[in-house]
Amino acid sequence: MFEITEKRILNPTVEEITVYAPNAAAKAKAGQFIILRTDEDGERIPFTIASADPEKGTVSVIYQIVGAGTRKLSALKQGDSLHDFAGPLGKPSEIEGENVVIIGGGVGCAIAWPTAKAFKQAGKNVTSIVGFRNKDLVILEDEFKDTSDAFYLMSDDGSAGQKGLVTAKLEELIQNGQKIDRVIAIGPLIMMKFVCELTKKYNIPTIVSMNPIMIDGTGMCGGCRLVVDGKMQFACVDGPDFDGHKVDFDAAMKRNRQYLDFEKHKYEEACNLLNKEVDA
Amino acid sequence: MPNMRMDKNPMPVQDPEVRIHNVDEVATGYTAEMAIDEAKRCLSCKHKPCVAGCPVNIHIPEFIARVAEGDFEGAYEIISLTSSLPAICGRVCPQESQCEARCVRGIKGEPVSIGRLERFVADYMREKGETPAVKAEPNGHKVAVVGAGPAGLTAAGDLAKLGYEVTVFEALHTPGGVLMYGIPEFRLPKAIVAHEIDKLKDLGVEFVTNFVVGRASTIDEMMDDGYEAVFVGSGAGLPNFMNLPGEALNGVYSANEFLTRYNLMKAYDENSSTPIQHPTKTVVVGGGNVAMDAARCARRLGSEVHVVYRRSLEELPARKEEVEHAMEEGIIFDLLNNPVAVLGDENGHIKAVECIKMELGEPDESGRRRPVPVEGSNFIIDADCMIMAIGTSPNPLIRQTTPGLDVNRRGCLIVDENEMTTKDGVYAGGDAVTGAATVISAMGAGKKAAAAMHEYLSSKE
Ligand SMILES: Cc1cc2nc3c(=O)[nH]c(=O)nc-3n(C[C@H](O)[C@H](O)[C@H](O)COP(=O)(O)OP(=O)(O)OC[C@H]3O[C@@H](n4cnc5c(N)ncnc54)[C@H](O)[C@@H]3O)c2cc1C
Ligand SMILES: Cc1cc2nc3c(=O)[nH]c(=O)nc-3n(C[C@H](O)[C@H](O)[C@H](O)COP(=O)(O)OP(=O)(O)OC[C@H]3O[C@@H](n4cnc5c(N)ncnc54)[C@H](O)[C@@H]3O)c2cc1C
Ligand code: SF4
Ligand code: SF4
Ligand code: FES
Repeated sequence: MFEITEKRILNPTVEEITVYAPNAAAKAKAGQFIILRTDEDGERIPFTIASADPEKGTVSVIYQIVGAGTRKLSALKQGDSLHDFAGPLGKPSEIEGENVVIIGGGVGCAIAWPTAKAFKQAGKNVTSIVGFRNKDLVILEDEFKDTSDAFYLMSDDGSAGQKGLVTAKLEELIQNGQKIDRVIAIGPLIMMKFVCELTKKYNIPTIVSMNPIMIDGTGMCGGCRLVVDGKMQFACVDGPDFDGHKVDFDAAMKRNRQYLDFEKHKYEEACNLLNKEVDA
Repeated sequence: MPNMRMDKNPMPVQDPEVRIHNVDEVATGYTAEMAIDEAKRCLSCKHKPCVAGCPVNIHIPEFIARVAEGDFEGAYEIISLTSSLPAICGRVCPQESQCEARCVRGIKGEPVSIGRLERFVADYMREKGETPAVKAEPNGHKVAVVGAGPAGLTAAGDLAKLGYEVTVFEALHTPGGVLMYGIPEFRLPKAIVAHEIDKLKDLGVEFVTNFVVGRASTIDEMMDDGYEAVFVGSGAGLPNFMNLPGEALNGVYSANEFLTRYNLMKAYDENSSTPIQHPTKTVVVGGGNVAMDAARCARRLGSEVHVVYRRSLEELPARKEEVEHAMEEGIIFDLLNNPVAVLGDENGHIKAVECIKMELGEPDESGRRRPVPVEGSNFIIDADCMIMAIGTSPNPLIRQTTPGLDVNRRGCLIVDENEMTTKDGVYAGGDAVTGAATVISAMGAGKKAAAAMHEYLSSKE
């Protein structure tokens, strides 16, 4: 059993939990992820490691409530325990390039922030561009400011930071002649796709973090497969980081929608279940 | 007087029409009377040809003689001398190509039903409630086992009996390996696997689940942490694909994914939160046990199922009984066909599989006749689900993270005659060494490695 030692609400749909998991904490590196299960019959849910404290034996993850599994997780409080917590999984991020731009989109910021932190700690020059739909969804603003030499907050409606997309800001920086050795983009597939189209034009190496639907996370099921450079790759063992200029985003977008109907149905069920509990 | 009936006592089974709507065990097992009667068909041959056909050399005529006398406990003791998972092997061994293939009764009629008797004896003892195993006197040495499949479980059990402090590290949340995530409930009830694991816990074996060796700790780090020897039984879990156009479409699964969702994550249960597609028409590619299991799971989800295999019925590598059961369940065998492309709809979901007809040509290195495509014979099978069951390879993670561990060109760990790898103190066995094989051979390798590890550690003192 893995105890939740701390819980933080970051915004109405995003939370952070810190979990006592000494095995995972001892080895966790930026870019790696864990898989947890809330209860004995629960789904295996992958989350990126947001931070780890090997001394305390704890690992934190930041998650957005999107479906039945994350809703169940959100119902747990500090002091409750998770049934399973496996990790670290996946390859750590390469911390390369002196001048990097880290782009986070929406909850992808939860995945991007530990990467920004790792680059900063390695003494690199970090520019962060984070984008959200509106101000209610903004997360980790202070954390990003702390780990960035320059920080830009963007929102679709202009209610937080500047109005516009992260790609617009990136293009502006490029055109202003900012030296960029590497871009790391983490967020919705569509965002990563457009970032990559832009950086390809300017020949800037770009790494993306791919989060396809996973089950085991150990390379056993092939459910997380992606097409990268025309070849099949398993995101859980070959990634999750890939060369963004080689990823087939269109195929990945289709695969991520696989279980939409089933999940909608389970989500409604979980909602009904929780509502019932509330009623009782 | 031996019973000279030519055929085996038939195995009682659930009616096919009924069983395609449930996940209960298909074969329900012999009664004591049936077992005694079948045991009497054994001639107790002096030269025991059957024993040589068993990868762990179970003392077959001796245990069968006990069954014939109604001494099931005595029979179990004899089996236990060489095998640690009889309830499992009795169910899933390909007996027709192992022990039973050599049985003299098989020359004129059907062989003695060795597997069914083995299963009966093991089930009898489990249901009766065996006396819990006693922990051996600790010998003060610590060893680690990587992977909780049949190879790892067997090695762990044997080492624990010798007094070692054994820790099994398993990547998934439940120990059992393929026995748990691959082979379906209706063929191997999970309660039986869980029972075997509980017996190991009684022996003092520690299980650490959710632990991926190579990521959470490398083998070198484990040895630095005080594990004096390591057994690697990490299996061959990496699914192969054919690199067909359209293989990335939704609705195209590896057999491992489909079976994991269905078995380990219990998608057969409507209350489970694991999504699985309920297909209407499924194409399963392959002809081994894995293909049969995937086909029969899809059937139980209500689908029409076609098994597409590139050779003929004769070459189907699956256990004979499974093929027969699959046919009874209405699974259609489209033999001498091979897929060449997967066709999708506008949503990126599979809608059909394009196949080509095959014919058998000259024999290849394996001695089987090589299937060759018939030019211009392409045709289309409509399907909303496709399951690739064309084999698996060892996962590269362990070899990538363990310097000094050599592999052959198929990625299988290289071991000597004592199951020792190219790295001192590290042993390996099962599918990680042989590539996808059988439960009994994995178990046999685990046994052999445990004995060799004991010798290695004893001589180091
Ligand atoms: C390596 C990896 C790292 C991840 N890190 C984080 C993280 O740090 N924080 C975070 O909030 N989320 C992260 N995710 C995504 C997270 O795993 C999913 O949001 C979660 O599984 C949804 O579970 P659910 O049962 O609540 O929703 P479901 O009911 O399963 O799904 C709800 C919606 O989410 C989509 N979805 C389901 N699974 C995934 C997935 N794996 N990736 C993207 N969309 C998915 C579905 O298509 C559906 O639209 C990560 C995923 C991967 C593979
Ligand atoms: C669907 C299916 C049906 C089959 N049917 C039959 C049959 O009827 N009869 C028969 O004899 N054989 C059958 N087989 C084959 C048989 O199951 C295997 O040969 C056997 O299980 C191999 O045992 P193993 O212990 O070597 O590996 P596995 O059973 O594969 O176990 C390996 C274990 O190691 C774990 N692992 C892997 N990497 C790591 C790591 N880095 N760290 C920690 N743990 C790790 C895995 O999660 C797994 O639990 C079937 C196989 C499948 C897939
Ligand atoms: S273990 Fe398998 S091969 Fe050996 S006797 Fe039993 S059924 Fe036959
Ligand atoms: S070969 Fe057949 S008949 Fe002879 S001892 Fe073995 S099981 Fe009995
Ligand atoms: S999640 Fe199963 S192989 Fe990657």
